[in-house]
Amino acid sequence: MLLIACPYCGNRPETEFRCGGQAHIARPADPTALDDDAWSAHLFVRANPRGIHAERWCHAHGCGRWFNALRDTVSDRFLETYPVGAQPSRSIETEARA
Amino acid sequence: MAQQFRLSRGGRIDRSRPIAFAFNGRTVQGFQGDTVASALLANGIHLAGRSFKYHRPRGILSHGPDEPSALLSVDRGPGRIDPNNRASVVEAYEGLKTRSQNHWPSLAFDVGAVNDLLSPVFVAGFYYKTFMWPRTFWDRVYEPVIRAAAGLGKAPEEPDPDRYANRHAHCDVLVVGAGPAGLAAALAAAKTGKRVILADEGAEPGGSLLHDLTSEIDGRPAAEWLRATLAELDGRENVILLPRTTAFGYCNHNHVALTERVTDHLPTGASQAPRERLWQVRAGEVVLAGGSHERPLVFADNDRPGILLAESVRVFVNRYGVLPGRRIVFATSGASAYTAALDAKAAGAEVTLVDLRLEPDCGSGPARLRAAGIPVLTGHTVVGSKGRKRVTGLLVAPIGSDGRCGGRRLLPCDCVGMSGGWTPAVHLFSQSRGKLVYDAERDAFVPGSSAQAERSAGAAKGTYDLAACLNEGDAAGAEAAGSLERRAFTATSTPTGFQPVRIMPTDANPAKVRAFVDFQNDVTAKDIKLAVREGFQSIEHVKRYTTTGMATDQGKTSNMNALGIVAGQLDKTLPGVGTTTFRPPYTPVTFGTLVGPARHALFDPIRTTPIHDWAESHGALFENVALWRRAWYFPKPGEDLHAAVARECKAVREGVGIFDASTLGKIEIVGPDAAEFMNRVYINPWAKLEPGRCRYGLMLKEDGYILDDGVVARVSPECFHVTTTTGGAARVLAHMEDYLQTEWPDLQVFLTSTTEQWAVIALQGPKARAVIEPLVDGIDLSPEAFPHMAMRSGTICGVPTRLFRVSFTGELGFEINVPSDNALAVWETVMEAGRPYGITPYGTETMHVLRAEKGYIIVGQETDGTVTPDDVGLASMIAKAKKDFVGKRSLARPDVVAAGRKQLVGLVTDDPKLVLDEGAQVVADPDQPIPMRMLGHVTSSYWSANCNRSIALALVANGRELVGRTLHVTTPDGFAAARVAEPVFFDPKGERINA
Amino acid sequence: MLEVRYRTARALPLGRPETTAPDRSGILIRPADAEARLTLRVRDPGRSAADLLLDRPINTVAGDEGRWIARLGPDEWLIGTAEYEADALAATIAADLAGKAHALVDISHRNVGIDLSGAHAAIALNAGCPLDLGEAGFPEGSATRTLLGKAEIVLIRRPGPSPRYRVECWRSFATYVHGFLQEAAFGVGHGE
Repeated sequence: MLLIACPYCGNRPETEFRCGGQAHIARPADPTALDDDAWSAHLFVRANPRGIHAERWCHAHGCGRWFNALRDTVSDRFLETYPVGAQPSRSIETEARA
Repeated sequence: MAQQFRLSRGGRIDRSRPIAFAFNGRTVQGFQGDTVASALLANGIHLAGRSFKYHRPRGILSHGPDEPSALLSVDRGPGRIDPNNRASVVEAYEGLKTRSQNHWPSLAFDVGAVNDLLSPVFVAGFYYKTFMWPRTFWDRVYEPVIRAAAGLGKAPEEPDPDRYANRHAHCDVLVVGAGPAGLAAALAAAKTGKRVILADEGAEPGGSLLHDLTSEIDGRPAAEWLRATLAELDGRENVILLPRTTAFGYCNHNHVALTERVTDHLPTGASQAPRERLWQVRAGEVVLAGGSHERPLVFADNDRPGILLAESVRVFVNRYGVLPGRRIVFATSGASAYTAALDAKAAGAEVTLVDLRLEPDCGSGPARLRAAGIPVLTGHTVVGSKGRKRVTGLLVAPIGSDGRCGGRRLLPCDCVGMSGGWTPAVHLFSQSRGKLVYDAERDAFVPGSSAQAERSAGAAKGTYDLAACLNEGDAAGAEAAGSLERRAFTATSTPTGFQPVRIMPTDANPAKVRAFVDFQNDVTAKDIKLAVREGFQSIEHVKRYTTTGMATDQGKTSNMNALGIVAGQLDKTLPGVGTTTFRPPYTPVTFGTLVGPARHALFDPIRTTPIHDWAESHGALFENVALWRRAWYFPKPGEDLHAAVARECKAVREGVGIFDASTLGKIEIVGPDAAEFMNRVYINPWAKLEPGRCRYGLMLKEDGYILDDGVVARVSPECFHVTTTTGGAARVLAHMEDYLQTEWPDLQVFLTSTTEQWAVIALQGPKARAVIEPLVDGIDLSPEAFPHMAMRSGTICGVPTRLFRVSFTGELGFEINVPSDNALAVWETVMEAGRPYGITPYGTETMHVLRAEKGYIIVGQETDGTVTPDDVGLASMIAKAKKDFVGKRSLARPDVVAAGRKQLVGLVTDDPKLVLDEGAQVVADPDQPIPMRMLGHVTSSYWSANCNRSIALALVANGRELVGRTLHVTTPDGFAAARVAEPVFFDPKGERINA
Repeated sequence: MLEVRYRTARALPLGRPETTAPDRSGILIRPADAEARLTLRVRDPGRSAADLLLDRPINTVAGDEGRWIARLGPDEWLIGTAEYEADALAATIAADLAGKAHALVDISHRNVGIDLSGAHAAIALNAGCPLDLGEAGFPEGSATRTLLGKAEIVLIRRPGPSPRYRVECWRSFATYVHGFLQEAAFGVGHGE
């Protein structure tokens, strides 16, 4: 069971959380402006990296807040967690190469 | 004579407390502190079971958790029969009942032993090769026979009467294993004041110190040091010392699962405690000090009862005061067996030692033994054993300088202690995803780089010298606790070192030799070689093909020998072959431990409404809806489901029915931007909905498919009372929160679940208003003042209510929202007031029928996650003026606007009595060739008492264009003809609802 | 006139609390009496409302047993008070927060309280609660939403040196949570 650092509550066990998939995919301001391919890419196409992945998590059975996390999908190590709307302190690409 | 092999003194057993237990019906005497294995050996019983495949007689190989052969069924009373217990870890107590397994009719005479004679047939991959054809034999002959023959032991049939506990625990340092290294680690960590948990699988902590009579630690006998150390740890507030507790799973982020056996060593009923306790430990740092396992030697017939591991002989002698034989031959390729031989000799056995190594490689060992009067044959191999149900002699032969075997010689004996060296128990380290590295000097895979905050110490790391183990443990414990303090232990030096050997050199034809590598799975060296010859080169494939290292063994006794043989066959190095993955559990864990308290009423929460007890006492039957238990129907005496529902349905349409709708999800949406938020999450418009009015809302996922629906009331300009489906409540709230927090954080809106604040009493039928009129204060109930789809706040029976005028039946209806704790009183009052009108309680089945008569959809029944608003005929709800809402863009996706989508229609069977099956497929022509083209399926189907015929809803391709056409629906017997109709069967103009 | 009296005739799912003796584990599990509860949501709360402190750290509780306020998240508070004070308290909070976007919702009947005390109470809670309830991890005055087995709860550790906890759950989970705690007390065993 993972131990996840909620930005508001600190380290909490995985069972209190819900994972929301890839982070930093903003809903288009005007979806009607997107053609079908662009819209389907927004809806369905997600990264599945071997390595550092930016993910959305919700501390559902805690403070109820959504936040983002960088997780290494190989080791399950969390590099950092940060609030919605913020950017991670490190570049995902740099970490993946390291 | 009882306990004729019990030594007159010594051992850690309590001789003042004799006990007796049963083994295959025979009474076995022992002492408190015995394991079943030690007590059996004390009574000269070696034959403890039959092997898995060949049914060969098998004895006790080991003293510990690595025992592969002596698997017993343990009977602790009704419902407490537990198969496949290792005799070496089952603590004996007065009245315990044990049985050996895998034989018929008896342990001594086993018909299945014929398999042993047929062994040339049962080679590696036997199943795959033998049961290939004919194909038709598989289901009826092969599989049943294999299933009957497979597996050891018999599962109990009665429910388990024991209780099991679960505990989440946190510590700074978890130490696994309380041998010398683990104890030193725990001491060092405990001194810092940090929270320490020390877990050991044994009944008594101490590990190898429990059977070490000769070593000294810091000038004190090992046993005395152990006593003082345990006392110190026990006296510390910051230390939890857990005996009989096995760390069996090392999961992510230092989450380690332990199983504590709380009562199994006590007579049944002696303790008011759970049988076992699962510890889910989250540790800051972990010290793995789980020790090592001794390797058997691989030689012909190395599996005879009486052949033990050398160190196990030493344990039985020193710890349990039991001599496993009077004439013991130790066969070894390393130093540790010399200590065992000396201890056995000191206990009075006649001892001979055979060492594969040449005399110059044996160090001082031979000289020490000879000085003690023990003959030592160095440079000798073992080529076989004699005896059947008990070893009677060991065949040894010298190895010449050319590597050939010299003349055989029989060493008569009744016990053999063999040692092929040691394998560190790296199971937990490997589970933690740490990388193993091969250490040639130790001939073992040892912990390499860590993946988690852990470190290994002592024999688990390949360190076998006592002082080195203590110092390594101390350093590990201190480091784990963040302390720079180190201490230096002095201890008696331990003879270590061994010459790796995979298969003992032999003069026999290797093709005919039955030398066992995996005792539990009956895998011989020959089998492994055959697997490699047949092309299985990956060690993982060899494991599966031969079953080596499977079941409880998990690589404990067999691993290194098997790897070595594979490497030899492939002419590869050991690291080139690698090792199989170590998987949890380290040793078998009961289902009870894993389940814990989650049984019976605690299996899952059973959610009930405030009206539940009333419904139960009025004869309701219930159905499960998500975690809720809802009243399904209220049968009167003699009524079945059909009759009760027919009566309830008529009562609602002709008089008045009362229904518990409390499980409906409810969300209070509050804030200046509440209406804007509603606009974005629902397909309909909300800005102009006046306070005090309701609207039926439909909500999509971003992919355009229906997520949920429900009636929403605007309580005030900045407050909406939203309802959701029962099963969708949590999902909808999460969906809304997600958008609010992550997409629209600028909106000033707050969501609160009020599902359980408000109980909902639905009153439906033409007489509904008359029933509640005298009970309601502060609300004008007249149709003009309180029309359909209105909501008013007031009181009912003196209780504050949000009274909705809504209907899921098509009748005049009210949904009375009252605070939950007052709901039962209101319900009973309404029942009383409704009695003159024949008020009838109804359940979910009637609710379903009534709404289907009106063609109202149920999300999850008419929809399945691929259904759009237009598919169910609700496209007109979409607010055309809204530029955007969740799911809007997807409604323009090519496949959503394409022709031919399935649409909601009614189906009217030609036979009015026929109620179609829900889920039944719809086709145009029942005579078309198979596979037929399916047009859709039935989503809802009921007998409608009000229509006096069956009704059905269905999703059918282009269904709305097919109204009037006859289609065909699958039935258990074939097909039934049904006419496509509008999905409304009762009061199509909808006049009754506005009454 | 058929009438029941709101707030005085509440039928609690676990019944009215009875005086019970602690079981062998020394743990006393007692369903709380009827109480009023409000949930407050506001983003920029200021220091206090109705004398209830809003600027305390997340996952702490302030006040006493008669009136308490637990901060469960950055913009969420759970408030408990006596039945007869509920309406007045709600009005005062609303007045104090006037002009600020906020939600104050009565959830008195949604929540059920169970009080737990005894030296080993934390061990019993840990049968189903995965949090570190040690002195450092969950000191007195802590409060958080978490899990107990398969139910969501709010766990409050009352101020004071002796371990006293309040478990709050949703009404329909009360039977499960109460049963779970009783089984957990059994699982604590003796000699601990």
